[in-house]
Amino acid sequence: MNIARISYRTLLKTFNSPKSYINKYNYLGTSFSNHGSAVPLSTTKLRLKDEKVKLTFILHDGKRLETEANVGDTLLDVVVNNDLNIEGYGACEGTLTCSTCHVILKKKDYDKLPEEACEEERDMLDLAYGLTDTSRLGCQITLTKDMDGLEVTVPETINDARS
Amino acid sequence: MNFIKLVSIRNFSSSRNIPRVCIVGAGPAGFYAAMHITKNLPAVNVDIIEKLPVPFGLIRYGVAPDHPEVKNVINQFTKVAQQPNVNFYGNVTLGKDIRISQLRQHYDAVLLTYGAEEDKTLGIENEEADNIVAARRFVGWYNGLPSDKDLKIDLSGDTAAILGQGNVALDVARILLTPINELKSTDITDHALNALAESKIKEVYLIGRRGPLQVAFTIKELREQLKLSNCQTVWRNQDFEGVENMINDLPRPRKRLTELMLKSLNEYKSIPIHNDNKLFKPIFFRAPKKILVNSHKKITGIDLICNELQGNKLEEQKCVATANTEILNCSLAFRSIGYKCVKADDEIVFNSNGLVENSKGIVDNNSNTLAKLYVAGWLGTGPIGVILHTMGNAFQVAKVMCDDLKNKDCFTDKGGFEEIKKNYIKNSSPIVNWEGWERIDKYEIEQGKLRNKPREKVCSIEKMIDIAII
Ligand SMILES: Cc1cc2nc3c(=O)[nH]c(=O)nc-3n(C[C@H](O)[C@H](O)[C@H](O)COP(=O)(O)OP(=O)(O)OC[C@H]3O[C@@H](n4cnc5c(N)ncnc54)[C@H](O)[C@@H]3O)c2cc1C
Ligand code: FES
Repeated sequence: MNIARISYRTLLKTFNSPKSYINKYNYLGTSFSNHGSAVPLSTTKLRLKDEKVKLTFILHDGKRLETEANVGDTLLDVVVNNDLNIEGYGACEGTLTCSTCHVILKKKDYDKLPEEACEEERDMLDLAYGLTDTSRLGCQITLTKDMDGLEVTVPETINDARS
Repeated sequence: MNFIKLVSIRNFSSSRNIPRVCIVGAGPAGFYAAMHITKNLPAVNVDIIEKLPVPFGLIRYGVAPDHPEVKNVINQFTKVAQQPNVNFYGNVTLGKDIRISQLRQHYDAVLLTYGAEEDKTLGIENEEADNIVAARRFVGWYNGLPSDKDLKIDLSGDTAAILGQGNVALDVARILLTPINELKSTDITDHALNALAESKIKEVYLIGRRGPLQVAFTIKELREQLKLSNCQTVWRNQDFEGVENMINDLPRPRKRLTELMLKSLNEYKSIPIHNDNKLFKPIFFRAPKKILVNSHKKITGIDLICNELQGNKLEEQKCVATANTEILNCSLAFRSIGYKCVKADDEIVFNSNGLVENSKGIVDNNSNTLAKLYVAGWLGTGPIGVILHTMGNAFQVAKVMCDDLKNKDCFTDKGGFEEIKKNYIKNSSPIVNWEGWERIDKYEIEQGKLRNKPREKVCSIEKMIDIAII
């Protein structure tokens, strides 16, 4: 029993190691590289050192994942860098081709976002389950200082109509 | 002293064993299920069995070569596979090398995720004529699926027709219409690249039996097609009659998709066709009646039935055949109307929709001695939706499995793959493990480098095994 526990821990560590993930991260997809409207897919380079904000992900079962995040990171960066346990989040690594990073914001936070969703983001949102008027893709939201205390909901990835 | 020792040994042997889970099919459903199970059970062993020597199912063999971003999910799957309690056994086929009953005997839970491989047929006259190609096989061909590498296809004519209006139909159209230089830097197989470089196809029809409001493709794929360089889209005005009036009542995704089509229709009306451009021609309300052939039984065209929509309300509208027909001349046609699941093992029971009969993923629970059987992914949901939807379903089924396993007394060690190998598959061809796949992966990337491509896939099973087994 004990042995099993320990090995599980070690493997969790290996499993969650974000290194390889981040390396591949700055990929600009060919399919939208010719668009003026496309936002940069990773904004890590804009990060200002030491500027941190509090951020909370609320999962569909009510679980709250509270974390500290760097200004200039995207919500996807935050999930990856902090090993947040949100299953399947960010499958396409921020290249706007999966919508597994769907989050729902409060209306007031949604309205305050500096950038509106671009066409490609809205195209992907159209595939997401539980789409709302204040839905966004987490890989497209870049944290600014005045987002301190932001709370976003991660909706369930299944549609009840399907078995 | 002795007494104490004895007691403690007893205790140990009657304690719970680590449950063993077998997953059949290493596509997204299999990997997502393995991800959930290993994350949510404190201790478990997961064995993934796969027919091919290589993992990832349709991520590798379905997703188009010009969509590398979609394949990034492979990185998440690789992390799942690299856990010490997850094993990959490639080149092991359910129904050929092993049977479900054997797996159920040697595991505590068995999950089937082997997909929906066979393509649906139209059931019309001359369907087996020359140069009528299953879209799925064409996809397998350009993606290097071993069983499709020798597909016969003649691209020397100027017009191709695709029957069906889903995303796979759009993938096929885009691969046919994309300037060859843009494909050269993808992982499309060399044999496909060479054939496409010689292609004379100039016009591609995308034929749907219903109207613009019923198309199955999604907006991202359409937008990409509309933006293709050196290609123009030609719509038929009459197909869009009345569509504009409906638009405001549509749910957001359908509304945005329809708006994009209408916008493109308006552009088409105002921009003249450039002679050097290739043409993409969606047509609606047409169902194939029969394939027209020449004396060599090669396709020369398609006889199409003209359909019309009846009923006013969108939800109640039905597509009905009229007495009119129309002939479309073409020298190549693709069938892209969906897939069927294969009955890999006699024990599998399909429901009337051709899917494995299940309730929330549970297939069969009326045995006390054999492990419970589950199904996830396309085999259980039908071949619909994108990876996201397969993911949601796989998590849901995996959760049911975890709950069951938490409540199950796993008192006896079932033996798992060791037993399977020893008893049943000792004489068949070699088993490729994860390290074997990593060698194939490395080889393919090296071969790709020589050609300035991300990878050049190995398209023969024998060669894969040669590389994997050292
Ligand atoms: C042409 C095409 C393009 C697509 N493109 C996209 C895209 O761009 N984006 C997107 O989100 N979705 C895309 N999809 C959808 C996506 O591929 C599916 O949602 C997903 O692959 C389904 O996963 P699965 O695991 O159920 O099946 P599969 O991916 O088919 O996996 C099944 C696995 O089981 C194995 N297997 C089969 N028979 C046996 C057997 N008897 N024994 C052992 N193993 C067996 C197969 O070799 C395969 O590895 C595409 C689908 C197709 C067909
Ligand atoms: S991570 Fe895939 S769309 Fe955001």
